[in-house]
Amino acid sequence: MPLIKHGDQPVWKKRQPLQQYAHWAGWMLGGMLFVWCWALISENTIWEFLYDADEQAASLIGRMIPPDWSITGSLMLPLWDTINIATVGTVMGIIIAFPLAFLAARNTTPHPALRAVALAIIVSSRSINALIWAMLLVTIVGPGSFAGMLAIALRSIGFVGKLLYEAIEEIHPTPVEALSATGAGRGQVLAWAVWPQIMPAFAGICVYRWDINIREATTLGLVGAGGIGLQMNASINNLAWGEVATVFVLIFATVVVSEWVSAKVRRAML
Amino acid sequence: MLKLTGLSKRYDTGDLALSDITLEVPAGQVMALIGPSGAGKSTLIRCVNRLVEPTSGSVMLDGQDITRVRGAKLRQARRQIGMIFQNHALVERLSVMENVLSGRLAYTGFWRSFLRKFPSSDVKQALNLLERVGLETMFDKRGDALSGGQKQRVGIARALVQNPKLLLVDEPTASLDPKTSRQIMRLICELCREQQLAAVINIHDVVLAQQFVDRVVGLRAGKLVFDGPPSGLNEKTLTDIYGEEDWSAAGTDQEESDEPVASTGELLKPIGQGSHP
Repeated sequence: MPLIKHGDQPVWKKRQPLQQYAHWAGWMLGGMLFVWCWALISENTIWEFLYDADEQAASLIGRMIPPDWSITGSLMLPLWDTINIATVGTVMGIIIAFPLAFLAARNTTPHPALRAVALAIIVSSRSINALIWAMLLVTIVGPGSFAGMLAIALRSIGFVGKLLYEAIEEIHPTPVEALSATGAGRGQVLAWAVWPQIMPAFAGICVYRWDINIREATTLGLVGAGGIGLQMNASINNLAWGEVATVFVLIFATVVVSEWVSAKVRRAML
Repeated sequence: MLKLTGLSKRYDTGDLALSDITLEVPAGQVMALIGPSGAGKSTLIRCVNRLVEPTSGSVMLDGQDITRVRGAKLRQARRQIGMIFQNHALVERLSVMENVLSGRLAYTGFWRSFLRKFPSSDVKQALNLLERVGLETMFDKRGDALSGGQKQRVGIARALVQNPKLLLVDEPTASLDPKTSRQIMRLICELCREQQLAAVINIHDVVLAQQFVDRVVGLRAGKLVFDGPPSGLNEKTLTDIYGEEDWSAAGTDQEESDEPVASTGELLKPIGQGSHP
């Protein structure tokens, strides 16, 4: 933050002149990179396919309308499976993520080595998408809802673990200090000073992940891990677009309901 | 009662926060610890209950060297020492009753405390203390529903429900208005006298300290530079503690506005002539 004298007038600028030029050059390079990438994508696109994109879209939507409501009844069980995969998977994930978060948070971890292990588990769980977990698990435990639940659980560990340990690191340290000063034990300090402070965040994180998991569980059937995605995949393969549309409507309705539930839970926990 | 011998603390950053402090506080004595910011007041009281680990020296509480104990022994030592914090340090999402009873955690097993099953003698004592600090009707309120002064009163009840022998008080009035500050200081000092508790009170407000305490200890840059009765504070000793300043106005300066108690005139006397009650 240099102060430069122009005659006897002080001029204050945010950066040194040289820094300022470097800053501008950085933006210039960024802009050029963007344009270059744009050109590259354009060259590699077969534009001929796009000429009739509007007709294709219109035809697809035309085949989806009206949705084939006759299969609604047969979709109820797969939909119930989907919700169960999401819910049980979320619960399993939370059960593992909860202690992991306390090991991973800087202010509650018993030992730096344990913290490193916990962080490694969280990162590896987060770095793999639920769909990929499902693909791996279908080959390990066989196709079906169980693979789906495990996939959801494995993906949720990292998500819940990371957000929860961040919440733990952000608590006010003074109540923790105060309860330690009364002579309370480690577990008591966690239960009485840390837990009350992270409880609303914990509830919010859990219902948020459950909400995401409902949506993810609808796709797991594509790789054979159970739920409504299995039916959707079959319908797509049969080019029965009316049935696909019915699946979309049901998924949409389920997601709306889950959003409503999670909003309610979050409000109640404040 | 409390005896510090050669207590020193050097932080990892290399700062020597406390340097060779030797000090004895008898039972029932209320002692104020004054000094400029960064003089080591907070470090000193945190070394007593080991929220900060002293680098060298010893802290004896009733003949037990607190600096040598660990684990369960440390927790037993800590429960004899109540602490009151600058920003009350309540768990704001817990109720007033839970906050007070958290002072009994060290006397209660994990599962009993987890299920909130405290012995009725604890509950009775907590209610008595809430009555004593004037919050008997508030026991079911949540911590974050209270005002600053009320939170500090809950903090006082939490410290006293431990049945401590010693009270450590860290800037109890720093975030309170002048009237509430006086009430809180008066309450702390009365309770100490009622229960024959020794107390070490860190405080910035010299006039307030003079009004309520038996003894003043001055710290400067981690060294003990003054130890005497409140009446021993004068221009020279204050300069020793805080550095050069025009001290004749100290009393009037801090207290001139919106404070009915200050207008009694007693506080307007030049510092050093103030008598303690």
